[in-house]
Amino acid sequence: MSAKPRPLRRPSRQRMSAIVRYAILIGVGFLMLYPLLWMIGGAFKPNHEIFGSIGFIPQEPTLDGVIKGWNTSTEYTFATYLLNSFKIVIPKVILTAISSVLVAFAFARFAIPGKKVLFGLLIATILLPKSVLLIPQYLMFREFGWLDTFLPLYVPSAFATEGFFVFMIIQFMRSLPPELEEAAVIDGCNSLQILWHVLVPMLMPAVIAVALFQFMWSMNDFLGPLVYLSSVENYPVSLALKMSIDVTEATSWNQILAMSTIALLPSLLLFFAAQRYFVEGTTVGAVKG
Amino acid sequence: MIYSDRRAGLAFAMPFLIGLLVFTLFPFIASLLLSFSNYQLQDPIAEAGYVGLENYSAMAADPTFRQSFWVTLIYVFVTVPLKLAFALLIAFVLNFRLRAIGAFRTAYYLPSILGGSVAIAVVWRYVFANDGLINQSLQLIGMDGVNWLGEPGYAMATVILLRLWQFGSAMVIFLAGLQAIPTDLYEAATLDGAKPWTIFRRITLPLLTPVIFFNFIMQVVQAFQEFNGPYVITGGGPLKSTYLLPLMIYEETFKYFDVGYASALSWFLFLVIAVLTALAFRSSKYWVFYSNEKEAPK
Repeated sequence: MSAKPRPLRRPSRQRMSAIVRYAILIGVGFLMLYPLLWMIGGAFKPNHEIFGSIGFIPQEPTLDGVIKGWNTSTEYTFATYLLNSFKIVIPKVILTAISSVLVAFAFARFAIPGKKVLFGLLIATILLPKSVLLIPQYLMFREFGWLDTFLPLYVPSAFATEGFFVFMIIQFMRSLPPELEEAAVIDGCNSLQILWHVLVPMLMPAVIAVALFQFMWSMNDFLGPLVYLSSVENYPVSLALKMSIDVTEATSWNQILAMSTIALLPSLLLFFAAQRYFVEGTTVGAVKG
Repeated sequence: MIYSDRRAGLAFAMPFLIGLLVFTLFPFIASLLLSFSNYQLQDPIAEAGYVGLENYSAMAADPTFRQSFWVTLIYVFVTVPLKLAFALLIAFVLNFRLRAIGAFRTAYYLPSILGGSVAIAVVWRYVFANDGLINQSLQLIGMDGVNWLGEPGYAMATVILLRLWQFGSAMVIFLAGLQAIPTDLYEAATLDGAKPWTIFRRITLPLLTPVIFFNFIMQVVQAFQEFNGPYVITGGGPLKSTYLLPLMIYEETFKYFDVGYASALSWFLFLVIAVLTALAFRSSKYWVFYSNEKEAPK
């Protein structure tokens, strides 16, 4: 993506403007990222150093915090909590991607009865506060006998319950030219074959964006696990971290910072590997819509 | 044409239709019904009794609710305008022939991806601790440190700053909106001798209103639902100064088991958001400018 120039009259003024812009951007960017640097640095500092200076580079680097943080103060290592997070997040991501594509296909291409109303409801679910649904959903899952399992955390995703993702894919699908699909019809494809062989390959950037967002948001999710999971062996990293600060906070700051760093690592790696999809995904609903 | 097959269309829409009924509409109605009941979390559902509007009148008399609603309003109406203004400002700075625009965009975007996590909330607690990063930096420039987490006003500021830190997603949307404005409009205006401020007011701002509207709605709806930040950083305190409505709903349900009251609170929250978004949509025809319309905004 290339930035469009804003018109300015003289080159000298343009250069001044560029210098001011760089100064602002670097200054603000540094302030923005410093807490993250400080967190990562703090994971490798001895405890007495963490609140002793504002620098992020450890003066006496140590792996003490990382090792103790990984072992946690519970009977499980942090690996258990990471694994639990993945057991929730991976099914959730897959189910979200599949259900959102199917439903978006119906909305973007088919003449379904009551489509306008249904589309309105889809948008309304995006704006509906989740807390109004939380209590009855909890009671429902309790009746199902699903408490303290991962099921309440990912099964709803199989039913396109996150309207935002469906909307993203609808927007993307509407921007695709219909000619290829028409050709596929002439070749005798049915609608499922068209979706799978023609549309899904073209939709890949949108599907990847949906998967990435769902991954990040589910990794960050705290209220869901807090409500549904009660045994420590089922805790994902968000709950494990909250538990650790309640139990060990008094002195073991480097452990907590090490655990925070590890907790953010999957999201960080994914973000840097796939950052362009985030930008595309964020803007598809807002600007094309 | 194959797409006129209604049954196939319905089949593809089926996950959504089931999900809408089971996981959205049913809980939505059930929550309203529960708000008229005295149901306690530990009881069998059959034992729920009808109490009419009792929960709602209890709300009106509950100082905790009034405090919670008040701080929620402060939280939302301080964070949203500040966040949007800052996002727009940085988007302007970025919308220029800059080297490394992608790197800056990435750096600014990252906090909005990570910011909702418990890990960041934990880091925030440390950064704003008494001898944390912020106070130490203040001391370096000769200012006194502040008891960020211990004093009501500052605790609210701490939680608000966490949200402002996540301005990146709104900024990316603004930036895309700015880049979608055709350059020839600017060129024509410059040729006519328009000043930068006039260009901003007459061209940039009107063409950006759809994006401002979108960001505003999304930010308001999200801010009303904030839970992780205050729950982890301050626990809603001190003196309930960061006790946002979602925290109160959570505690009324899972700490005090008062499902009826919590349901009334959550319906109240829903109605507040619904009225505000409806007002925003209503007002949009007076200030949101869609470029495919023929007439220019007044």
